[in-house]
Order: sequence, then C-alpha cells, then structure tokens
Amino acid sequence: MTAVFLGIPTAPRGVGHLRGEESFPDAARGALRNGQLRANLGHATSTIRGKRAHVVGELTDWAQLREAGRAIKAATMARLDEHLIALEEQVTARGGTVHWARDANEANEIVTRLVRATGTTEVVKVKSMATQEIGLNEALEAAGIAAHETDLAELIVQLGDDKPSHILVPAIHKNRAEIREIFLRTMPGVDPGLSDDPRKLAMAARAHLRERFLRARVAISGANFAVAETGTLAVVESEGNGRMCLTLPQTLITVMGIEKVVPTWRDLEVYLQLLPRSSTGERMNPYTSLWAGVTPGDGPQEFHLVLLDNGRTAVLADEVGREALHCIRCSACLNVCPVYERTGGHAYGSVYPGPIGAVLSPQLTGVEDNASLPYASSLCGACYDVCPVAIDIPSILVHLRGEHVEAQTRTTPEAAAFRALSRAMSSPRLWRLAQRAAGLGRFLARGKPTMPNALPFPASTWTRSRDLPTPPAETFTQAWAREHGG
Amino acid sequence: MKVALFATCLVDTMVPQVARATAVLLERLGHEVVVPPGQSCCGQMHVNTGYRREAVPIVANHVRAFAGALSSGVEAIVVPSGSCVASIHHQQAAVARRAGEHALADDAAALAERTYELSQFLVDVLGVTDVGAYYPHRVTYHPTCHSLRMLRVGDRPLQLLRAVRGLTLVELPAADQCCGFGGTFAVKNSDTSTAMLTDKMANVLSTHAEVCTAGDASCLMHIGGGLSRLRSGTRTVHLAEILASTEEAVTPQQSTEPAVPS
Amino acid sequence: MTAREEVLGRIRRALGEDRAEVPEIARDYRLTDGRDPGDPALLDLLTDRLEDYKATVVRCAPADIGGAVTTALRTALGEHSPGDVVVAPGLPAEWRPDGAAEDDGRPAVALADHAATVTGVSVAVAETGTLILDGSPLCGRRALSLLPDCLVCVVEAAQVVGGVPEGLAKVDAVAPLTLISGPSATSDIELERVEGVHGPRTLIVVLVA
Repeated sequence: MTAVFLGIPTAPRGVGHLRGEESFPDAARGALRNGQLRANLGHATSTIRGKRAHVVGELTDWAQLREAGRAIKAATMARLDEHLIALEEQVTARGGTVHWARDANEANEIVTRLVRATGTTEVVKVKSMATQEIGLNEALEAAGIAAHETDLAELIVQLGDDKPSHILVPAIHKNRAEIREIFLRTMPGVDPGLSDDPRKLAMAARAHLRERFLRARVAISGANFAVAETGTLAVVESEGNGRMCLTLPQTLITVMGIEKVVPTWRDLEVYLQLLPRSSTGERMNPYTSLWAGVTPGDGPQEFHLVLLDNGRTAVLADEVGREALHCIRCSACLNVCPVYERTGGHAYGSVYPGPIGAVLSPQLTGVEDNASLPYASSLCGACYDVCPVAIDIPSILVHLRGEHVEAQTRTTPEAAAFRALSRAMSSPRLWRLAQRAAGLGRFLARGKPTMPNALPFPASTWTRSRDLPTPPAETFTQAWAREHGG
Repeated sequence: MKVALFATCLVDTMVPQVARATAVLLERLGHEVVVPPGQSCCGQMHVNTGYRREAVPIVANHVRAFAGALSSGVEAIVVPSGSCVASIHHQQAAVARRAGEHALADDAAALAERTYELSQFLVDVLGVTDVGAYYPHRVTYHPTCHSLRMLRVGDRPLQLLRAVRGLTLVELPAADQCCGFGGTFAVKNSDTSTAMLTDKMANVLSTHAEVCTAGDASCLMHIGGGLSRLRSGTRTVHLAEILASTEEAVTPQQSTEPAVPS
Repeated sequence: MTAREEVLGRIRRALGEDRAEVPEIARDYRLTDGRDPGDPALLDLLTDRLEDYKATVVRCAPADIGGAVTTALRTALGEHSPGDVVVAPGLPAEWRPDGAAEDDGRPAVALADHAATVTGVSVAVAETGTLILDGSPLCGRRALSLLPDCLVCVVEAAQVVGGVPEGLAKVDAVAPLTLISGPSATSDIELERVEGVHGPRTLIVVLVA
C-alpha cells in the first residue's frame, strides 16, 4: 500500500529543508574536491567512531538493548494514533497545550502565532531537527521574530550563514580554525585575541549567549522522546543551552515529529542507554531534561507541544520504509558511512543527511523529489550494523530504488538496458549470445590486457578512474561444457 | 560430495579463471564438480538498482538451472562471490514473493539453504582450513562488505590464507571500509566511488603486498582496475585462485595484472 | 476537519484495517546490576565515571558533610563571601556552609548572581556517572543547579544504584527531572569533548559513605 494510493500527502514543496537544488552525484562532485572538508570530516568521523565502539563495547547487553529499542519503536508505530491521543491527554492534564500540524506550513503558522501572542520579537532555540526540517527560523524571520540558535554547532552555522551538515553536529564540516574565524567576524564584542582552542571557542559562545538566555521570554525546542503514559518530554543535550531554554523563559514551545512518542516511562531506560553511546560516544550525555506539562515555581509556566506530521504518515504507509521512523537521530550511521565521510552532509540537500537521510528524506518528500538519494550508497551495510534501533537501512534503500524505478512513466535508456539484460539473463540461449557479444569487446582492446579508457557512456563512468579488464575469448561455462561434452 | 558451481555472471564473462580455480580446488579436495549449463545471474544487480520486477525472471532462471542439479544428487551449490550468495540468501525469495510468485519464492529459499560462499563452504561444511595450497607471495586480504556484514564470513578467509604454504599475510589497514564498488553505485556515483577507491588503494599499497585478495570478483575488479590505472604493480587475485595454486600448478594470473600503457 | 482529526485519520489509513497484535517487548537486557544500592563497588564505579567526565569527587563520612561541602567550595571558588553560595531550600541545615543563601523562589535569572549552588540528589547511577535531580526541596528547582557556575551535589551511599533502569525506576516520571553527568560539555568542535559551556563548568560531588 502506498501513501499516494491512500491519499496521504508528503511534505509540501516550497517550505523547509528536505530537498536539495542538485542531485546527489552533482553536489557530491563539488564536495569531493574540497580538501578541507574532506580532512575535517575524516578527522571528526574517525574520532567519534572510535569513541562509540569503545562505550558500546562496555555494555554486555547491547544486543538485547538494541532489540528492545527496535521492538518498542515497531510496537509504537503499530498503534501510533492511540499513543498520540494518550500523550495529548497527559500533557493537557498537566497544564500543557497540544497543537496538531499537518505539515511544515501549519507548524510554522502555529509557532509564529504563539510567539506573537507573547508580544516578544525574539526567541531562543534548542537544537531541533524538526524545526530545521520545517524551516521555522525563516518563517519566524518573515514574521519579524529573531530566532537565536543556542547549540554551539547550530550557532556556528547560523553565524556563518551556512547550512547544517550533520544531525548531531551541524558544523562538523568546520574545523577549529574556521570556527574561530567565524566567531571573530560575526560575534559582537568578541575578544580579538580569541584562539582556536575548542575550550576557548566554547567560552566565547557562553559569553555571547549568556545575556540572551537571561532575557529570553520564549524558547523553542524539539524533543527526543515523549512518553505517552505520563506526558513526559525529554531533551538530551550536552552544553546546558537546552536547560537554559527549557527552564528560564516564561513560555516553552516544543515542536515534535509524531514518531517521537514512546508508550511507557520504562521505554526511556532503553533509549537513554542506546542514544548517548551511539551519538557522542559517551556513557551518558551531560544533561537530559525531562518534564511533564507545567510545574508551578519551576520552569516555564506556559507550555505548548506541536505534533508535526509533514510527511511522516506517508512514510508510515509504506510497510518496508516505515522502519525509517524508528530513527532516534543519534547519527551513528553518518559517522560510519563511507559516502557521508567523503561528501559531507550538504550533498544530500536535506537536513537529514547520511544513510538515514537517504531513506528518510525521499519518503518524507515522495521519492521523485529526492530520487538520487536512495542511490547515494554502496550498500556496504555499516549503517545497519551500528544503528541502535536496528533499522535495516540498506534494505530500505534498495526498496526505494524499486519505488523510484516503478514510478517512471516513460522508459529511460537505463530501464531499456536493464529490461534487455533481464531478458537475456532469463534465457540460457540469449545469455550465451549476450556473453559472446560482451566478449567481442576484447577486439577494442587490440590485444592489450585492459580496455581503452575512452569508452561510450555509461562504461566511461567506470573507465574514467579504473581500468576495465579485457574480456576473455571464452567464458568459463563455455569452456567447461566443451571439456565435459556438454 | 557432489557440488554444483555457480560461476556468477561477472566471473563467467569477465574473469573465468576464478570459476576455474574454484572447480580445480574442489576437485583437488576430492569432490565432484558439476557446472549447470543454464546458469546466468542471481539477479542482484537488478534488485539493487531498483529493477526488482525485472529480477524475477532472472531468479526463475537461476532456480531452473540449479533445481535440476539438486535432484541429480548435488548436495551443495558453491559460489566464489560473497555478494551473490548474500543476494541469493536475502533477496531472491523476497523479490519473487513481492511479485506474487510464491512457488518460485519457496524454491529459491530452498535453493538458498544449500548455497554457500566458498570460504564458508570450505571451513563450515568441509571442515578444512588447510587446502594444500602453495602461493609464495606477500598478500593482503580485503573483507568485502557483503561477506563481512551480510554473510558474516568472519575470519574464515584468513584461516584459509594462513594455512597456505609460502604465503606472507599482511594486515590491511581500515580493512572493513568499503572499496566503493557497490554495483551500479560505481557508475551512478562514480566520483564518490572513486574517492572511496582511492582510500582503499592507499591502504592496500601501504601494506607493500604484491597481491590484494578477496572473496568477491566484483570488488576485486574495482580495486584491481584502480591499481592497474595507477600502474601500481600490486595486483588483485581472487581467494579461490590462491587456494587453487600448488607447487605443481599456479593458476594463471588475472587479467587485472598491471597493464602496460600503449 | 481539524488538523488533529486529519493527522489521526492519515495514521489510521496508513496502518490499515487489520492491525496485527503488538508483541510484548522482551526486556532481557540488564534490569539490575546485581549489587545493592550503596555497595562499595558501586561507589567506586560512580567515582570513576564522574572523574572520567571531569567532575571532582570528594568522599566523606556522614558526620562530616558540612565540612566537606565547605572545603570543596573553598577549593573551587577560592576566597568568597558566604552569600556567593545558594542552597536548595530542603538542604539539611548541617550540610549548609555558614552564611549561604537559600533559594527563596526569587526570579530564576537572579540565581545567576551566585557563584555556587549546593543541592542533594534523588538518585545516582554508577555505571554512567549520572546524578538525577527531581525538583524536590532537597534538589531545588531546575534553574538552581544550572545558573551558578559551580555545582556541589551531595550524594548519600544508599542513593547510588548500578544502571540506568534502576535509576529511572526510582524517580517520579512527572517531576521536572534533570539528569546530570559531569559538568556541561560539548563535542561540537571536531567531535572532541571539552568541558564547560553554558551549564556549570565545575561539578563537585560529595559522596557520603
């Protein structure tokens, strides 16, 4: 069953950051030439891979936790409507207000209206993938509201007028020297003698944001988890910027994808072990904030929860692809992906890069709006191995390739070739003819062990960087049949 | 034991010496080898490129070609390719079932149960690690992704290589990193594939091995094609060719030996 | 149709009419550590984990808590006036440094004027080096353990459990909870962890046994 058939819309065009301007191969071509980017990514991803492997190896029950993490998500999706209704009841009972948003536009409208109602023209933000996805900052800006990102990496991206390139560390593509340069250029009142010591850079961010935290009246956050049975929201972070936003302002607005709900409080005992070890390679992240509704005398006295669809129900309609909704945004798959490590996140064109992005973005937008992403993988399987909730990303990639091929209404040259090959490979007689034809290629080599470099497309995409061996005069099966009287 | 050899489309057409070496090795170990003549392809390239419907008749051909062998006393189907075995195990029945061909799916699943990657067949089924090979070369081993992560061949190829007389085995740095082949990925994302290949080659060359081996001819064609383009002198040789080599007969060199530019 | 009805309707269409039974979740991971709360080995593990994340651990006997807190504050702040320190309203009198201010519910941002905070904890998880504060009078409201740059937490041995499941089972799911594992930190620059960003840059744990 597909979303189109069921009349379930995908994320709308013209808003948010789920679609790139170029196809992945085109965007990647430029990124691959950026030596600084390659060096930064290689350094950062190898650092985090080592840390993750170390702390995951410490847990004797990692496999059981991983299976529980997978099973809880699968069970949640199977009754998603019931859990969302329960969550709404609990949040409301504890003094919060729940809003539902069909898509990015509606979520942006809701948040803008809520901020306007407070009379403020600036908000502080905790790093949130959902609000990146819907382009909330741009929507607020258009409404005359300044949104200040407070996560260090988000701040670097915002100050540098850049785009995020990683789920966990949006500025992973920048090294310390580049970050220092951005701070010196854009931070009012920054010490001109600022060094590139990460500790000093973090201190500069602290000084820059301190006053903003203390004066903020409205904060906007995402949520890592929301517990249906208790109405408890969870934000997992490191720096304390999240705590500042979740604690100090009078009003808190949390925008959460509907797939972030988990049924029970106990489920957190699984995810709070899986997530930090998979994401930052820590046994536990420095700060996790958990709150349910409003607590008199402690934290925001007005709490709004915006439940966002924006294509998620379309993903849910695909029985194979829905597993992508299990993602807990740890980014372990990005850090091990050989493609991501070399191209970086911008090449994916979406706020969700890397292997999980290559299965999530095309499903949120509809495959044809992100048709190159399912092919942006060598299917090496490293992502599946490290996924803390065992999302079979390679299988979903292959599935989406099938969806893309089957969505074509006209026969592409590729499809014609694959169909012809299919006919040949399903008939021993035709296959022998095809093999003989391939063998004729040896005459192009004119007796040399490899084929000429200048071959027609698509062979040229191979021979641009690799030699192609000259095919032999006789296949193995032919020779065997000749020798064994077949 | 009577064993059927599935050469795979790529080996059969491009590097037949790999299938030959597999047959020679199995016969030397005392087994009868048959090569079903109707065989062509497992369908992996079609499935992985999105042509899952078009893969179904290819799967049907594969089942037709090998079902007869099983009924004539063949106990195992051996394949010198990890990724093709992974496709046979994980994809064939699934694409048939998706197309509503349930009988074909059942037959494919039954065939998959008897289908083995070469190193798994040698170590797990035959219980041998010393196959009596002699190969006086410095060799590094690249564990291909599907062997490593889908079939979990583990250190079986290394056990086999360690028992080869004359062979010096050198560890490949960052061995578990993909070489960038990935089937049509190498063509559709040629630039990224080449970037991955470059790093793989750098690691291979850092070992100063004469030979880089693996259990997949496709990945070896990729790595070998790059090494040949660089005129590096390090060549790629399939695991089966090394294991088939003896003091009496060294298997012929692969066609990916360093090319001499014209 | 409201957005609520529409989103719920889409979910129902996506899941279809025939919904399979939802299987029980197998919780066969470690639910307990096997050691009782306060086991000396757990205290050592907690200390190791906290120190690994650059927290300072001070051990003391139950009778010496007040002295240990005072000494820790002097080490962290140097010479300071008693009013630089603010404590949670439910902190026992004998734990309080002389002259410390009590959080009296003043506007939260005013807590930023203090250099250090002293609180208790609800529970501590040894395996991850995590302190859980639950907003009770002993732990104080959330801003209290956030704004002053130095946080001193008193942890009693019986509050120390082995793993995360045991820790979460001991707290109230609807209380405003903060899980603290070391001083504030970031890995945002080249994925290398450095301590000290917006939250307290100094975390001192007074472990009582």
